[in-house]
Amino acid sequence: MDDSNLLVEVKDLETYFYLDEGMVRAVDGAQFDIYRGKTLGVVGESGCGKSVTARSIMRIVPKPGRIVGGQILYHRASNGHGEEVLDLASLAAQGDRIRSIRGAEIAMVFQEPMTSLSPVHTIGNQIAEVILLHQGVSKKEARELSIEMLDLVGMPLPSRTIDQYSHELSGGMRQRAMIAMALSCRPSLLVADEPTTALDVTTEAQILTLMRRLQDEMGMAIMYITHNLGVIAQMAEDVVVMYMGEVVEQADVDTIFHDPVHPYTSALLQSIPRLGQKLGEGRRLASIRGMVPDPYALPKGCKFHPRCGAFKAGLCDQIEPEMLEVSPGHRVRCFLDAKLG
Amino acid sequence: MTDTPEDTRPSDYEELHAISDIPEDYPAPVESEEVLEAAADAATEVGAEEERLYVASQWQLTWWKFRKHRMALVGGAILIVFYLIALFCEFVAPYDPAAFFAQYKLAPPTAIHIVDSEGALRAPFVYGRIRDRDPETLAYIYDDDTSDIHRIKFFVHGTPYKMWGLREMDLHLFGIDAPREEQSILVFGTDRLGRDIFSRLCYGGRISLSIGLVGVSLSLFLGVFLGGVSGYYGGRVDTIIQRVIEFIRTMPSIPLWMALSAALPPDWPVIRVYFGITVILSLIGWTGMARVVRGRFLALREEDFVLAARLCGAGEVRIILRHMVPSFLSYIIASVTLSIPRTILGETGLSFIGLGLRAPAISWGVLLQEAQNVRSLAQAPWVFVPAVAIVLTVFAFNFLGDGLRDAADPYAR
Amino acid sequence: MIVYIIKRIGMMIPTLIIISMVSFVIIQLPPGDYLTSYAANLRQEGDMVDTDELEMLAERYGLGQPIYVQYWKWVSGIILRGDWGQSMEWRKPVKDLIWERMALTVFLSLISILVSWFVAIPVGVFSATHQYSMPDYLFSALSFIGAGTPGFMIALVIMWIAMRQFGLNVGGLFSREYMVEPWSLAKFVDLMKHVWMPVVVIALGSTAGSIRTTRANVLDELQRPYVETARAKGLRERKLIWKYPVRVAMNPFFSTVGWTLASLISGQTLVAVVLSLQTTGPMMLRALTSQDMYLAGSFLLLLSTLTVLGTLISDILLAWVDPRIRMGS
Repeated sequence: MDDSNLLVEVKDLETYFYLDEGMVRAVDGAQFDIYRGKTLGVVGESGCGKSVTARSIMRIVPKPGRIVGGQILYHRASNGHGEEVLDLASLAAQGDRIRSIRGAEIAMVFQEPMTSLSPVHTIGNQIAEVILLHQGVSKKEARELSIEMLDLVGMPLPSRTIDQYSHELSGGMRQRAMIAMALSCRPSLLVADEPTTALDVTTEAQILTLMRRLQDEMGMAIMYITHNLGVIAQMAEDVVVMYMGEVVEQADVDTIFHDPVHPYTSALLQSIPRLGQKLGEGRRLASIRGMVPDPYALPKGCKFHPRCGAFKAGLCDQIEPEMLEVSPGHRVRCFLDAKLG
Repeated sequence: MTDTPEDTRPSDYEELHAISDIPEDYPAPVESEEVLEAAADAATEVGAEEERLYVASQWQLTWWKFRKHRMALVGGAILIVFYLIALFCEFVAPYDPAAFFAQYKLAPPTAIHIVDSEGALRAPFVYGRIRDRDPETLAYIYDDDTSDIHRIKFFVHGTPYKMWGLREMDLHLFGIDAPREEQSILVFGTDRLGRDIFSRLCYGGRISLSIGLVGVSLSLFLGVFLGGVSGYYGGRVDTIIQRVIEFIRTMPSIPLWMALSAALPPDWPVIRVYFGITVILSLIGWTGMARVVRGRFLALREEDFVLAARLCGAGEVRIILRHMVPSFLSYIIASVTLSIPRTILGETGLSFIGLGLRAPAISWGVLLQEAQNVRSLAQAPWVFVPAVAIVLTVFAFNFLGDGLRDAADPYAR
Repeated sequence: MIVYIIKRIGMMIPTLIIISMVSFVIIQLPPGDYLTSYAANLRQEGDMVDTDELEMLAERYGLGQPIYVQYWKWVSGIILRGDWGQSMEWRKPVKDLIWERMALTVFLSLISILVSWFVAIPVGVFSATHQYSMPDYLFSALSFIGAGTPGFMIALVIMWIAMRQFGLNVGGLFSREYMVEPWSLAKFVDLMKHVWMPVVVIALGSTAGSIRTTRANVLDELQRPYVETARAKGLRERKLIWKYPVRVAMNPFFSTVGWTLASLISGQTLVAVVLSLQTTGPMMLRALTSQDMYLAGSFLLLLSTLTVLGTLISDILLAWVDPRIRMGS
């Protein structure tokens, strides 16, 4: 892909959590790129490090976690022409630099619309706050901009909703308000951490359509985190599959769905029910065998080997595979593809 | 009286805070081959540990969790010592609490020495005392007579007493070898009348510490019964009981206690006043207990395992006793532990201002009356020792209660 | 909102009626009747017993008649004429005795609560945001000690220290010369000079409790997703903590002010006795021990009413600060 469209390059990102029970490598050498105006889907099971990766980019990793290695290169559009490359990972998490980016140029939408809005402040107060913080406007202008944003995300009666509290809105409406808040400063990247997981299917479809529409209108890139491959198929151009803090496979969306290489990706795909799919007599929907390993005692070698169908003794349980490019733009962390290459 | 959600009440705040320890030094990331293998071994051990956790009974889990609370263990130990002293106060106290030493009025605590005036090490002993008068203030001053050495002996025969009012005995835990008139081991000094404060403290502990237990047992009985009925049956019974509880809780506790204790006839014997005060203190205490029980009952009624038991055809009594009581017993124990000190403080406060137990009864509150006048306190600070005993008891109970409360929910992380 | 307030006030009335009954019954409990002790008291002081006066009192308060008649005369006197009865010991109408004491008590409690918030909220927030740091451990330990030690003992210890170190007797709210003076600016200044000691003692216990509450509530709120949302906006950490989690954590805190105030007022009784303050506590104690029933009963009734009012204020505040409750009802 064209390098001039690079927005964020995540390189060997390592974010560890230091807990009583030991250290958890929530993100362990993740590597991927996000392009301007494109959607990157990040898939994986619960606890694979998707959300922590997102928070690392935002630099809001909760304690006791912290970024211990790697780079997050953000290609910031300068006022004139050209761009400035900033390593977000090296900025102070509370510093002015990152705070001027956070919320303005990189914004985030969270999983729980129910609890992600303050219960004691009005919707308008919370949206106008971002605008006041990042744009030199008056309170009145901020309020007008907030109403405009609410209108943009399809909120019915935005001039009324702006003075309502989150508990007066439905889940879908709250998520719209969240999106309005995130997009109010026209960010170049929207990080969406499972924004529709807590919603019902119809509302989910509406929110997804809305995000697609807003992306077309505003041209921001989206990093879309989910465990739902169906949503990925609908939203993303590029896909990153994560397992135990590592990226195990990375490709464009068609390759991932039609030509997956990593056994984990294949297993994920097989576990989706399909319309019209014929299951034989007594056959059940495939599930990935075994459980996600204990984060305090990760298996040696390939982290997926205890659950892998194509596991080779003496290889997979001894040496950790490297990330290899199997075809342009398609990279896999597995020994299986060695035979292909 | 009110529709306020319970969790906004100050009394419930106590349940919000939890203490745990996170060490500052986090384990460093492991890298080398052997370390990784060791980690794998550790992982299997963790498995075994988990196995142990799965099969452990709830009581075992509670105990394991409780053990980690060092302060709770210390609190428990202090309380065991205090209650043993209170139980065997006749034996522990060296003297009769009512007897006075005419020659030692407001005498300071006796120092216990192990090194004599010549610098030689010897078994613990005390010096005899010489009394003098300050030529100016005419107050008594006491000096050690370094030539008069009394060794402290254990299990000595001294003042006769009737153990638990049953058996004549004269064995004491400690004492010195001297005739009564020359006795001078006064661990915490004496009061205005020359009575040994340590002995009085031991006897006072019997009343003050037991009033906590008796009062809370009474609250517990009322609270569990009414709270259980309220929570289990719900409906109108629940409404009525809740109204009564709310009403009692709107009465200001200390003025109410004061008014009720003032109403106790002054000519009642000590034992009756004791029970009177206990009843007065429990009158308010049971409402808190009833709330806890009711809350647990309401929560448990909805639990799947109760439904499962019901579907299996278990009778109501069996469901309550076999399934529900064990799962909230630990909560009850924790809240009992936390309400004992409140009762003890209630008695102490009332007796302190002269509305509770009255002399000749001996309780820690009665003893504290000596300290009511700040001048006498300045003159003889040791009359404040009962306050130290009270505060220690209260802290010990609070620590123990905190530990129990955290341990009460062994499945919570 | 207004409907809610009216409803709550309506619910208060039966409670107040029951409280007045209970107060009256409790005060009637001790053996002996008021009139005989009043006469005895007069005689003891060498005064002439004026039978006319006694008869008038008997008539006015229904003495010697069934208890419900007495109760009715007492309560109707209070409501209709503001007549709280006659104090036997002070030989004055109760209403002349109680109001200044009540006002001082409420004043003292209000100052104490403000002082305790002023200290407790910043400390609690600091403890929560610096959890497991050395200052956090220190504050936690101090608040544990403060919450566990009864106020009257702290009062004794402070008095003892003042006596020993400075030779001061720090009891009371006024200097001797202002004790019986009518209110003036000079008397108020004198009050402000004396008030710090009782305020420190009374505030200590509630400060300790408030630190624990603030810390626990803020810690709870810090975990909530809306804090992360605020952080993702690029807000300064300090600003977002005070605007979001602290604001939410303070809700139950401020809304229970009425309740806290009421419990402070009744809880400071012992402290007031030890420090011989000119508040309700010592006078009520004296009235109780000398069986001055109208005086004691009035205090019991007033203090209970304050508690009920406190609860009412708390409920209204709670509804006001929390939009969820405000809208729900």
